[in-house]
Amino acid sequence: MTWNFPIAIVAAGMVAGAAYGQPAFQPTDPQIAHIAYTAGQIDVSAGQQALAKSKNAMVRDFAQEMVRDHTAVNDQALTLVERLGVTPEANPTSTALSSAAATKHAELAKLNGAAFDRAYVQNEIAYHKTVNAALSGTLIPSARNAELKELLGTGLKLFQAHQTHAEHLAQQLH
Amino acid sequence: MAPDRRGFVAAALAVLPAMIWSSAALGAAAARVHVVRLNKMKFGPTPEGVKVGDTIEWVNDDFLRHTATARSGAFDVDLNPGAKARIVLRSAGKIDFYCRYHPGMTGRLIVAARDP
Repeated sequence: MTWNFPIAIVAAGMVAGAAYGQPAFQPTDPQIAHIAYTAGQIDVSAGQQALAKSKNAMVRDFAQEMVRDHTAVNDQALTLVERLGVTPEANPTSTALSSAAATKHAELAKLNGAAFDRAYVQNEIAYHKTVNAALSGTLIPSARNAELKELLGTGLKLFQAHQTHAEHLAQQLH
Repeated sequence: MAPDRRGFVAAALAVLPAMIWSSAALGAAAARVHVVRLNKMKFGPTPEGVKVGDTIEWVNDDFLRHTATARSGAFDVDLNPGAKARIVLRSAGKIDFYCRYHPGMTGRLIVAARDP
């Protein structure tokens, strides 16, 4: 829960206002790019941790997919911001994401074997849910640049696929 | 005019076997290549009028790696970003396919038998 708590606050803060048509936090494009990139990097790191620790073939396949897909999206995002001349801008949301990720990384580092596999996959489910809620509730509606909006839209479809994959995997691990 | 007419008929008769042969060859060679493009986490439209013996060329325009995998096991193509690959359809019927990495990506091919 150490993970879900701060992230839930971030997500709630981002989504809550949106329900009333006035997002509490309306990030700019440079901030959105920073949040999306940070979110991707966090999942790449989590995947690398899983590849270093897990011996379960299904978990390793999943982790490989996370590293590959999130790296691809972030490469695409970097190319786009360079082309647009946008400099990603740090903000409280991406900072909160990073510090929550560091806490989770340390927590997972203490686990091994099946306990690690289960905790990693559970966290992937929770993490993708949170990021997807942020994407659909705040980041995509707030994005001004059409290409950025489109890339975030593709990202959302991708992360939803990851969430489904993680949920199936969790069932197979029990 | 009679000699001309005879000439025409003779010519027509001479050409006829060639015409029959070439249309038969055409029939045999009528297997087509259909292209299905993948982009933005989706399979593009699947072609219509697909028949046994036709080829599907999968083109991955996405920046993500995907597969085109038949649920029946008829084919399983791994497509890196920018890659293309071909498969030949060997039997008639509905073929549901998906991406193994992103199972929400799905599509269906309808393959008709080839006329005898």
